[in-house]
Amino acid sequence: MNSFSVANCGAIFRRELRSSFNSPVAYVVIVVFLAIIGWFFTSNLFLGNIASLRVVFELVPLVFLFFAPAVTMRLLAEEKKSGTFELLATKPVRDIEIVLGKFFAAWALLAAALAPTLLYLVTLGVLGSPDPGPVVTGYLGLLLMGGVYIAIGVLASSLTENQIIAFIIGFLIMLALFLADKVLIYAPEGFASTLEFLAIDYHFANIARGVIDSRNIIYFGSVLGFSLLLATASLERRKW
Amino acid sequence: MSIAVRNLVKKYGEHAAINDITFDVRTGEILGFLGPNGAGKTTTMKIITCYMPPTAGSVEVDGLDIFERSLEVRRKIGYLPEMNPLYLDMNVREYLDYSARLHGMRAPEVRQRTKEMVDVCGLESVRRKDIGELSKGYRQRVGLAQAMIHDPEVLILDEPTSGLDPNQIVEIRNLIKELGRAKTVVLSTHILSEVQATCDRVLIINEGLIVADGTPDQLARDFHGADTLTVEFRTPALPLDDVAPKLKALAGITRITLLGHADGACRFEVHADRGTDVRETLFRTAVAEGWVVLEMHRRVTTLEEVFHKLTTAEQSTP
Repeated sequence: MNSFSVANCGAIFRRELRSSFNSPVAYVVIVVFLAIIGWFFTSNLFLGNIASLRVVFELVPLVFLFFAPAVTMRLLAEEKKSGTFELLATKPVRDIEIVLGKFFAAWALLAAALAPTLLYLVTLGVLGSPDPGPVVTGYLGLLLMGGVYIAIGVLASSLTENQIIAFIIGFLIMLALFLADKVLIYAPEGFASTLEFLAIDYHFANIARGVIDSRNIIYFGSVLGFSLLLATASLERRKW
Repeated sequence: MSIAVRNLVKKYGEHAAINDITFDVRTGEILGFLGPNGAGKTTTMKIITCYMPPTAGSVEVDGLDIFERSLEVRRKIGYLPEMNPLYLDMNVREYLDYSARLHGMRAPEVRQRTKEMVDVCGLESVRRKDIGELSKGYRQRVGLAQAMIHDPEVLILDEPTSGLDPNQIVEIRNLIKELGRAKTVVLSTHILSEVQATCDRVLIINEGLIVADGTPDQLARDFHGADTLTVEFRTPALPLDDVAPKLKALAGITRITLLGHADGACRFEVHADRGTDVRETLFRTAVAEGWVVLEMHRRVTTLEEVFHKLTTAEQSTP
């Protein structure tokens, strides 16, 4: 009878984004992010004489590991701590709408941080002719990977009232997914392929190579969706 | 728009915060929820507003079950939670705008309602200020404006005047009275004068149980124990020791206590039978005996005493 309300999601999304950009948090995070990526890109370009976005695609997943929990930690934890969550939850709004509104706001922030790196592409276009295929899929991969990280961060933030704890939980889950394919040599024989499939970097590397395989898309989609569902369930814990 | 609460129980682990309470709130009524801290007022309100479910029992708002029709119920309710949580980084207009949108309003309606609430709640001068910069009184107004933004039929206000200075309390109280005229209002408080000033009906709740229910006057009458009078006579002709037995012999007097005596005058506390007014008897006796009545004072039970009696007597019996 009552259907999911996009308008509610939108209201929460807008409030969240405005709140990010009203405070120095968003700017600090974006500036730090761009400074790190920019330094590596330009030092490669000028010192190493390598005109390539490869460094961006290699480095961003690592930087996201810190960036994502930093922008998501406050999303729900802060509202629960300050009590505004009670007010939000007693409005005619579903918990899933709250989770999605916040998720998209943080994802948009991440995309906003990534957007200026497109300028590097312009630089590369002037210097040479980069192959457009892997660039497009590379950015798509970064966005998907970022989405998964943000979803995990939202989940972490839903579990606690403490932002620091939310950061640490989120970071550890992301780190586990990030490291899964880097510890393959230590893994037992039959377990290695499972571990590899769980690794976020493995799926990202596939996409960044220019191959869009349904297996990779399904991986990103399911981890993302599962995290958000868990986050919603975690909010509903108050009703148990 | 009525609220029907039936056999509500909420347990936190072993401890029952509310223990089988049943009451109705009638349409248009302002109900005061009175009780010491931790009595279960906030818990009951959180259940009515669909924030958390009860362990047992049911609540219906306008005939809609809070479980099955949760979203519809929430649409009808305006809620001001206990500590009045607000987003301190938003300005007043933005915040009201946001609240209106969460109630599913579209742009023209949002603008109109926001403007109305700014007017009604006296927020014009602080419209563009961040909520974090506002005084407590103004924040409370913002909290009320937010609760009223969708013109709800039911208002649930959890300690709306706590932490305000006396002037602000009067302002907020008047605002509630005015806004609540056409609405069903439930407000909790532990300030008794507030109940007497604003509410049509009072529920006194203690340790998760309803211990009294009625209008403020009714409660004062019902729980009005025996009269207690203070009298002072000058009895020139009589030795002091003879006064007390004479008083005690009068009909309707259960007990007298000598409070003090000096210069031929003596002061007594007189306890009368319940429901008997002994003032006239005392006066006539004094005249007949030739005493001079220097003072006669009758203490009337206030809601304060009713409250104190109801909420401490329970606790003293383990």
